[in-house]
Amino acid sequence: MNAFLHQLASGAALGGVYAIMALALVMIYQATQLVNFAQGEMAMFSTYFAWKLTDLGWPYWRAFAVTVVVSFLGGVLIERVVVRPFAKAPVLASVIVFIGLSLIFNALAGWLYGYSVTDFPTPFDGPPWFGQRAMSAHESGSILVSLAVLMLVYAFFRFTPLGLAMRAAAQNPTSSRLVGIRVGWMLAIGWGLAAAIGAIAGMMAAPIVYLDPNMMAGVLLYAFAGAVLGGIDNPFGAAFGGFAVGVTENLMGAYVVGSEVKLSVALAIIVGVLVWRPSGLFGRRLVARV
Amino acid sequence: MSGAILEVRGLNAFYGPIQALFGLDFAVEEGGATALLGANGAGKTTTLRALSGLIRRQGDIRLGGKPIAGLSTEAIARLGVAHVPDGRGTFTELTVEENLRLGAYVRSDRRGVRRDFERVFGYFPRLAERRRQQAGTLSGGEQQMLAISRALLMRPALLMLDEPSFGLAPMVVAEIFRILAAINRDEGVSMLIVEQNASLALDLADRAVLIETGRAAMSGPSQTRGADDAVRRSYLGY
Repeated sequence: MNAFLHQLASGAALGGVYAIMALALVMIYQATQLVNFAQGEMAMFSTYFAWKLTDLGWPYWRAFAVTVVVSFLGGVLIERVVVRPFAKAPVLASVIVFIGLSLIFNALAGWLYGYSVTDFPTPFDGPPWFGQRAMSAHESGSILVSLAVLMLVYAFFRFTPLGLAMRAAAQNPTSSRLVGIRVGWMLAIGWGLAAAIGAIAGMMAAPIVYLDPNMMAGVLLYAFAGAVLGGIDNPFGAAFGGFAVGVTENLMGAYVVGSEVKLSVALAIIVGVLVWRPSGLFGRRLVARV
Repeated sequence: MSGAILEVRGLNAFYGPIQALFGLDFAVEEGGATALLGANGAGKTTTLRALSGLIRRQGDIRLGGKPIAGLSTEAIARLGVAHVPDGRGTFTELTVEENLRLGAYVRSDRRGVRRDFERVFGYFPRLAERRRQQAGTLSGGEQQMLAISRALLMRPALLMLDEPSFGLAPMVVAEIFRILAAINRDEGVSMLIVEQNASLALDLADRAVLIETGRAAMSGPSQTRGADDAVRRSYLGY
């Protein structure tokens, strides 16, 4: 029983990471109808940046905060410099750009930091919280951080004028421009937010999956499965899907298929959802009048 | 011409390589209302889109004396040109209140915004009843009211309306035009109105411009008798 609870807990901890990665994917998808395949490698690169800062002796939370801010600016810069020129290009061109970006960040990380697997510090050290045994301190802390990110993002989009303007720009760019919203900047800020959220996901995942240039490949796939499961046009659904996928893959890995092939659980979820319910659990089915 | 909020001289506009407007001249007086009339495809909507910078245009466009022909759509909106586009431009997935808040997006005077909310709810009480409702579920008339209210929340120097009567029941149209006339008369909001329904537009406007295939066929005070004949010729061809 304890072992089962333990699997459940570590599934939820990684699920939180998938949830906020899925949220980052959804954010860009809603604004552009494109899936950013470079999201994982961007997050990985941010995580290396944080690692470098802690390696230089910075306290964890200062490194964390600076990494989030730098990742935000980096995301904005990437949108302005690399993504923007392809705004009117066919979808496939953008997809190629994303794949190119992910290769660039992967190679850059390998070149700068090497390909060896490294430990990444967690701020949630020490004995398990509340005296319970099923969940390590990092798992508890990571879940809390994920939930905090989800709530902050929700509050941002729901209650701030900038969040409202970003939703408006994603929905109806022309009307948004007619009320004075700088739509191009909204998209750049969206990329910045997605990069910042990805950085947090990376820093929460790294103590579990360890730091190496390929650390986010699996995470991104699970996040994508979560987003598809919950509905890629629905932030809540995507976050829920992320948690669900985390728990499912962990339990499947522990009790059913074994940890070697548990990545295929993510693929099975993606294919299954796309076959049976393409809009996801909470997605909107698109009905178009022709 | 002094006292004009909008002066347009030699306006050309293009859809891709196709030229749609050819040297249009007209003006909107400060506190006045100008009607753009013309048959389908004459270039009325195109004129508004050109003024807002939604399509490529050349020519001299001045808002309160300031040239705006080189500015982006966002910048023009921030200068106080509120464009209610054809199809109303509703943010269908947002609530009525969020739609209105977007109208006030560039403003920082909270108290003024709150007053303007009360003001538009005074004109259109139905919007107040539905402020938490998703805007896409509103009827066509309510969406038109919402679009006008959103534009009013921008505290516009110039309100541009693209066929506010389109697709609406006659009673709703009458109500909307009554309120537009009140806004123009009582608040002195300058207006540029595109309308298919010429008699409605001429009632409201003090000046009229008749557009035929991208050129101004006639322009002048809307009350002159000759206007009626020219309008009829342009629409009906006799």
